[in-house]
Amino acid sequence: MFELLGIPPQALFGQLLLGLINGAFYAMLSLGLAVIFGMLNVINFTHGAQYMMGAFAAWLMLTQLDIPFWAALVLSPLIVGLFGIVLEKVMLKRIYHLDHLYGFLLTFGLALIIEGLFQWKWGSSGAPYPSPIPGGTNLGFMFLPTYRGFVVVAALVICLATWYGIERTKFGAYLRAATENPTLVRAFGINVPRLITLTYGLGVGLAALAGVLAAPIQQVSALMGVNLVLVVFAVVVIGGMGSIMGSIVTGFGLGLVEGLTKVFYPPASNTVIFVVMALVLLIKPAGLFGQTK
Amino acid sequence: MTTQRTVTLVLLAAALVAPWFAYPVFLMTALCFALFACAFNLLLGYVGLMSFGHAMFFGMAGYFYGHVVKAWNMPPELGLLAGVAGAAALGLVTGALAIRRQGIYFAMITLAFAQMVYFFCVQAPFTHGEDGLQGIPRKALLGGLIPTKDDRVLYYVVLAIFLFGYAAIYRFIHSPFGQVLKAIRDNEQRAVSLGYEADRYKLLAFVLSAALAGLAGATKAMVLQFATLTDVSAAMSGEVVLMALVGGLGTIIGPVVGAFIIITMQNYLAAAGEFVLVIQGVIFVVIVMAFRKGLVGELADWWKSRRRAG
Amino acid sequence: MVEALLKVDDLQAWYGESHILHGVGFEIGHGELVTLLGRNGAGKTTTLKSVMGIVEKRTGSVTFEGRQLVGHPSNEIARLGIAYCPEERGIFSSLNVEENLLLPPVVKPGGMSLAEIYQLFPNLEERKRSQGTKLSGGEQQMLAIGRILRTGAPLLLLDEPTEGLAPVIVQRIGEIIRQLKSRGFTILLVEQNFHFAATVADRHYVMEDGRVIDMIASADVQQNIGKLQTYLGV
Ligand SMILES: Nc1ncnc2c1ncn2[C@@H]1O[C@H](COP(=O)(O)OP(=O)(O)OP(=O)(O)O)[C@@H](O)[C@H]1O
Ligand SMILES: [Mg+2]
Repeated sequence: MFELLGIPPQALFGQLLLGLINGAFYAMLSLGLAVIFGMLNVINFTHGAQYMMGAFAAWLMLTQLDIPFWAALVLSPLIVGLFGIVLEKVMLKRIYHLDHLYGFLLTFGLALIIEGLFQWKWGSSGAPYPSPIPGGTNLGFMFLPTYRGFVVVAALVICLATWYGIERTKFGAYLRAATENPTLVRAFGINVPRLITLTYGLGVGLAALAGVLAAPIQQVSALMGVNLVLVVFAVVVIGGMGSIMGSIVTGFGLGLVEGLTKVFYPPASNTVIFVVMALVLLIKPAGLFGQTK
Repeated sequence: MTTQRTVTLVLLAAALVAPWFAYPVFLMTALCFALFACAFNLLLGYVGLMSFGHAMFFGMAGYFYGHVVKAWNMPPELGLLAGVAGAAALGLVTGALAIRRQGIYFAMITLAFAQMVYFFCVQAPFTHGEDGLQGIPRKALLGGLIPTKDDRVLYYVVLAIFLFGYAAIYRFIHSPFGQVLKAIRDNEQRAVSLGYEADRYKLLAFVLSAALAGLAGATKAMVLQFATLTDVSAAMSGEVVLMALVGGLGTIIGPVVGAFIIITMQNYLAAAGEFVLVIQGVIFVVIVMAFRKGLVGELADWWKSRRRAG
Repeated sequence: MVEALLKVDDLQAWYGESHILHGVGFEIGHGELVTLLGRNGAGKTTTLKSVMGIVEKRTGSVTFEGRQLVGHPSNEIARLGIAYCPEERGIFSSLNVEENLLLPPVVKPGGMSLAEIYQLFPNLEERKRSQGTKLSGGEQQMLAIGRILRTGAPLLLLDEPTEGLAPVIVQRIGEIIRQLKSRGFTILLVEQNFHFAATVADRHYVMEDGRVIDMIASADVQQNIGKLQTYLGV
């Protein structure tokens, strides 16, 4: 077998696959954050907690109710999305007119509550979720677990579907227009407050969907979203929140960068995304795909 | 303002006799957090910049203090100096990058840098990772003049440090420099058109805030004799926001009140485990939804309206 | 005039604490074209926004086809059959020309088809894939008018459609407005450009300091020209 810079191909491609999977989660989560920010003017700090809730809902369904993965893949985002809708109606809605800071603080507080409650009820050590598609293929240069391959493809499909929904459909046109000028869109007869609620529900549902996909790969635990949401913030700063495609590309790209760092200089793998963020701030402060300052 | 003067004098008197009525280590910890919260609030309340990563300055300064005093066996004054200087340098680098973006992005960027520092601390050898830097010796100050084995003596040292930091903030806010900062906060474009280099001013405020947070963190390491990952974590960054918020953003005494409330609460709730986080979350939510001015702000409003009525 | 299509009575409106409209009253019959004239800051835009429900803090009465609008949000008001073309045009930069045209939902049957709109504004069809805000000022104005014609709303509120445009384009817009009137649209037109308004309107209401201070029929404009010039400060 060939070797690359002294790195065995198994390790290289293994890490690249892991990077791609992480990137898939970054992309899905930063997409949701960007869409929510556009409509609600709120940076949704609860995003990591909602991702965790998605995974947890799937795990609870499986262990308590024998509901299989494929059903949970649909049900869990619906349930968590509904929960998001309630949050929006009861709380977020009341703070849109305030400085962005308050939305950030409110959703940070909500994340503490949700994660604290889950930790209190189920502890912080993780529970395993069996892989819904066991087995894998030996590709010669690496071993590809089927489920991991599925996650990458599924995430890509979900991201592209989201892009299509926003950029190419009537509903997406309402979203884009309402992001720019909600007052006018409302004066055309669109129920913009309901559109905002729905957007939050969709963004949260997307986070939960990512959580369900993550469940068989990572341990399902109350704190699985805590660090993730911080990395996703950096992803969002790097990509800028103006462009949907930008979020997707940045998410996958940074996952790969992280994977490569794990191969060539493992100690920096945790921090490399933040270093990239610092560089982007130096060179293009508005973000790679951002227009606004 | 006579009321304000009376309140200040009463508080000062209370601070002087406090160690005879309360556990000195508790008081010292609370004072460190109070200074930390004041440093944070300097940035948010007076420059309009919300840093969500202030734990990096607080926590790193603790490590610097511990490393200088324990590993290098130097006097504690140098440890404090190292903490302040280190935090200021970190503030200069992260601040210069973060102020390139505004508003909520600023908060996210500081948060991200703090997370980077956290991951660095998990791995760097001198922090001793998960174990933390333990058993930092308490050494006498001023070349042996001030013994610090007695908690009450150390308390007065900490009180002096706190008052120094508090006075520095007070002076800063009321200096011409502070006035420019307020002008930038209220209308950046206007301030720029008047010829002020807004970014320079913001950066200087950021560095000052980081240095004072560092002073608080180094002092805490001196008191408690350890420095751990908790103090550089995102949770700690959130906690200091909470302290300032509870007390009242933009009031100079608010963060002090907030710090005492939160530290007292944590003392009583230590047994509640994960529930402390839940309660903190609830406080965040309640304050944002209903009491955005914080305790001191709401009290001041109440006082004013009562006076007007009476 | 039989039953008025839109009837405004003692309309008061506020932006936050500042009281802007102090009892505006006027009415428009089916198929009429009526203008609101007045100097800068007289409250014309605020009147349109209050009718539309965009300014939410308002009292008094606004009835459309006999239904009370005050107290309802703008999305419900639009659904009753009122379409609004804002002063700043409000073209969406993240939508292309055709998406901009198709954005306002159809609220009643009988609106114009896309093909008819393109016939009226051939430029828009040529540039239907361009970003909305990449159009020239005149084209953007046509787009802003064009997109509210599909909805089937019988009443159009047009806020200064000629503002800042070259004379040829002003003329073109005048023709279009006359065509719309002949198609049966009822139009409330806000204008500063009196000479333009005089060529298209049936009646003129004059506003000052948040009140309607006079009403002049087009036929009487010549007799009242001096008075109008004082009102408008021209
Ligand atoms: N968003 C707002 N907040 C506060 N006051 C406003 C606002 N918009 C307009 N005003 C004030 O309300 C008054 C009426 O403004 P309005 O825009 O209705 O005038 P107008 O007749 O349309 O003027 P123009 O011919 O310049 O468009 C003005 O004094 C203006 O300053
Ligand atoms: Mg106007």
